[in-house]
Amino acid sequence: MSLFQEAALVAGKDLRIEARAKVIGQQIVPFGLIVLLLFAFALDPDRGVLQRVAPGLFWITVLLALLLGVSRSFAVEAENGARDALRMSGLDGSSIFLGKASALAVELLVFEALLTVGVVVLFDVRLASLPPLVVGTVFATVGLAATGTLYGVLAAGIRARETLVPVLLLPVVAPVLLGATRSWESSIDGVPGDAWPWVALLGIFAVLFVGIGMLAFGPLLEES
Amino acid sequence: MPLVVRLRSAVCLLGRFPALAGVDLDVAPGETVLLSGGNGAGKTTLLRLVAGLLPLHQGEGEVMGVNLAEDRRSHRSRVAFVAQDTGCYEDLTVRENLRFATRAAGGDDARVDEAIDALELGRLADVRHGKLSTGQRRRLALAVGIARRPDLYLLDEPHAGLDAPGRAYLDQVLARAAEEGRSVLIASHELEMVRPFASREVVLTNGQADGALDAAGSTPAPAPAEAAEAVEATTLEPTP
Repeated sequence: MSLFQEAALVAGKDLRIEARAKVIGQQIVPFGLIVLLLFAFALDPDRGVLQRVAPGLFWITVLLALLLGVSRSFAVEAENGARDALRMSGLDGSSIFLGKASALAVELLVFEALLTVGVVVLFDVRLASLPPLVVGTVFATVGLAATGTLYGVLAAGIRARETLVPVLLLPVVAPVLLGATRSWESSIDGVPGDAWPWVALLGIFAVLFVGIGMLAFGPLLEES
Repeated sequence: MPLVVRLRSAVCLLGRFPALAGVDLDVAPGETVLLSGGNGAGKTTLLRLVAGLLPLHQGEGEVMGVNLAEDRRSHRSRVAFVAQDTGCYEDLTVRENLRFATRAAGGDDARVDEAIDALELGRLADVRHGKLSTGQRRRLALAVGIARRPDLYLLDEPHAGLDAPGRAYLDQVLARAAEEGRSVLIASHELEMVRPFASREVVLTNGQADGALDAAGSTPAPAPAEAAEAVEATTLEPTP
């Protein structure tokens, strides 16, 4: 099998497991909507504060969902010795990384689509310029999924992984939070020209961490 | 004929504890070797070392021509490691678990169907792993190993949890492996069930191979004092 066929096999497996477990639909999406509601209650909607901070709130909520997604992605490998079975499977470490990161990216994109509806409805936000918003969101999601998968396997064999992953991961993805928030702000303001440099930054981040992940995931899986 | 497994003075540390403290072992093609010994003797560690799941800290180790000190991964697609955990996913069905493991090893759905038929898992094919009984899970784990069509089986307490038909099929697997020239390294406490299929038995005690019954290939393990020195000299740096 080629690299991409192997990655598709792993991604299909992870997505099937998530579809069955219904963790995204029944836990992560409600969690995201609750976070948006809490912000709506905490910040005064009458003064237009929510519209101004909506991009930042959106991406912070996505980061929190990423932590849950990463935790899920590696929790399924911890049951029944599945991680050893994955190591014994004969699949290349790069393929496993691409597969797990792709599945996580798909899950995040579904979550972001639903969350976008929530932001538009609850915060009364108007998405003026869609192309940079969509491209920036895809790049940011790929970068987050790649980074999350890399740090997920790094902490996979550690007992305190649930608390360690956020400490390690959140500082690294700070550029994504910054770039994605700025590109969303520009898109909402209807000034797409200001958004594209941030979209480019998100693209560079995604390419960088996909590359690092493909190189590092295999050895890290061996040590996990 | 080249050996399938060749270990010389193999040392494997779990933390700082020498789970294997200088083991010599040969397994020839088509040979079935029984590993016996008490709890904590090092049987599972030896299987995991041969599988490449644990690093070789000292000594020499080769599995199907792959030097374990340099490469712990290349031989894995030719090995089926049936461990005490099934290695399967709770939310996937029997068929989906089998399909994933088989495709990962380069196999097709025909092999999946064969394994399901062989272990009489047909009526459970669409049942999730999480809903299976312990015995059914053991059957599935065995089916995954068979579907991979390995050159080397590593079986860790394979009889545990199996009912009479499952044990009967395991006997068939062991008999067929010998006929087809596949090698088997089997760790078990159920010696009477395995001995009829084993060409020899290696007894492990405190991480050392005490001796082998009719051991044509194995050489004696180093004396405890030598092994202790070897462990002492280990740098604690795992090989890649």
